[in-house]
Amino acid sequence: MNSQSDADNGVILRTHDVSKTFGKFRALKNISASFPRGAITSIIGPNGAGKSTYFNLLSGAFPPSSGRVEFEGRDVTNVPQHKFAHMGVAKSFQITNVFPLLSTRENVRVALQALVSCYDIWRPRAKLPGLAEKADALLMQVGIWHCRDRVAKTLAHGEQRALEIGMALASDPRLLLLDEPTAGMSPEETRVMMDLIVKLARERTVILVEHKMKLVMGISDRVLVLHHGELLVDGTPSEVRQDQQVKRVYLGQREH
Amino acid sequence: MSDVPQTIADASDRSNSLFDMAVRHRAILASVFLLMFPLIMPFKALAANILIYGLYALGFNLLFGFLGLLSFGHAALFGTGAYFCGIAIVHFGLPWYVAILIGTLGGAGMAAIIGVLAVRTRGIYFAMVTMALAQCVYYLFYQAEGWTGGENGLRGINVRVIDIFGLKFDFLDPLTRYYVIAAFVILALFVLSRILASPFGAVIEAVRENEARARASGYNVMLTRLLTFILSGAFCGLAGALAALHLSIVPIEMLHYETSGMVVMMALLGGMGTFFGPFVGAAVFMLLENLVSLWTVHWQLIVGAVFVACVLFFPAGIWGTILRRIHK
Ligand SMILES: Nc1ncnc2c1ncn2[C@@H]1O[C@H](COP(=O)(O)OP(=O)(O)O)[C@@H](O)[C@H]1O
Ligand SMILES: [Mg+2]
Repeated sequence: MNSQSDADNGVILRTHDVSKTFGKFRALKNISASFPRGAITSIIGPNGAGKSTYFNLLSGAFPPSSGRVEFEGRDVTNVPQHKFAHMGVAKSFQITNVFPLLSTRENVRVALQALVSCYDIWRPRAKLPGLAEKADALLMQVGIWHCRDRVAKTLAHGEQRALEIGMALASDPRLLLLDEPTAGMSPEETRVMMDLIVKLARERTVILVEHKMKLVMGISDRVLVLHHGELLVDGTPSEVRQDQQVKRVYLGQREH
Repeated sequence: MSDVPQTIADASDRSNSLFDMAVRHRAILASVFLLMFPLIMPFKALAANILIYGLYALGFNLLFGFLGLLSFGHAALFGTGAYFCGIAIVHFGLPWYVAILIGTLGGAGMAAIIGVLAVRTRGIYFAMVTMALAQCVYYLFYQAEGWTGGENGLRGINVRVIDIFGLKFDFLDPLTRYYVIAAFVILALFVLSRILASPFGAVIEAVRENEARARASGYNVMLTRLLTFILSGAFCGLAGALAALHLSIVPIEMLHYETSGMVVMMALLGGMGTFFGPFVGAAVFMLLENLVSLWTVHWQLIVGAVFVACVLFFPAGIWGTILRRIHK
């Protein structure tokens, strides 16, 4: 289902020669890659490699300085961020990003509402059918239903990350993009999160950014390694594990 | 001892549900208060002023308190509402209710123009852009002397009788005038309450809470800002129109940046992001202004000191602080 030799219909997302510069600094250099549908693809690399920058291009947070991004064969290079959720692409941020003063359930309910009603100023929002139930179902799915009535900022770090994933799932995305979903988590929380990701990936394509290589090798179908803004290796986990350059990058990092 | 907490918990539960009920019927409660207000206020004209400026602050607060955008140019919306209403009556001889509608639409339209140019910016830049554009509006109205009376203001907005469905009310009677104005303010309160409870109200909250997340969830943040600005402009335009009728003149000062600054103070005094805070802020501000200016010409100093003290010691504003005390 996720063979790299698949024709284009097996590719959900593609970047053609994308670069990103911040001022004079080239954070990403000419990256071309394709992401197979139905797979878990991980983007790894040491801190500062350009993973989040690449992630932002893929998820539409900002356009590349040059190059092209295609989602399901359609050019989305300059499509504004807010349209991505409606196209079937959802994301969670590296830094936890919830609506801090809203209740946990309202966080998810608002995310759900984006697909049915954005500009209605007259009907009571409570009358939008089915949103509260769907919100509860999503909270159940990501395992924080017991927190539903609490204000989001009072949740534990791991719970907030789970909430963010619940919000990303609200648009029932075909492509789920996650930037370091286990950042700052305890080993126990990390294990729960990885299990959840594997479960979610059964029904959708997942692209996962992670700097801890060990964490993703076991669950990924494919791994891209970024280093200094360049695509170092693109292959299966075992290919990546044996790659001399990757070993050097990750060993080199440990020396610092 | 062990059964005491139970009772306390019950009591606090009850007071919380009472609080929730009050929140749900906030428009009704606020209206009842505004209807009784002239009974405790000796000066009816001042009471009507408080209504009008409370409405102005309410419109401002929708943008500032609920969406989180600080505008320093709201005088342009308030003033446009007043001038459009006045021009409709003075130059076109239109009936008062049409003039009020035109003033309201004028405020919204001016907000649309300023908004299109300003909503791309944020924070201090948004404040600066709105202020600069409001100065342009001031200049335009100042120059269009034939329409606006320029420096002298627009005079001759004489509405003596308010006739609704065959009933005639004497608009020159201060108490009647108060209640005519109150009718529009109460209508605005219900509309605002409705907006805040609507799906769009949820979007406003979401954008205030976290723009990036709102955008990633699929909301067009820029358009949300623009629409909120326009709604804010409609409320402020209505306030301006009512001011024109109440004063029977539109002084050019209504467009002055001091009028923009004043509404910021009112919203902060009352409590940003609260439903009724703008009226409390307007009342405190105007009562202080009127009472203190009776015994000193330096009333602005005193009002300024009260304002600073309030911001330092009650950052949630007067009404916001009261709400928190009750809720706890
Ligand atoms: N908005 C920005 N402005 C300037 N430099 C940036 C910006 N975002 C990222 N960078 C730089 O680009 C490089 C890659 O950053 P990032 O993509 O966040 O790396 P990673 O996620 O792999 O840790 C870093 O050197 C970082 O300092
Ligand atoms: Mg990163």
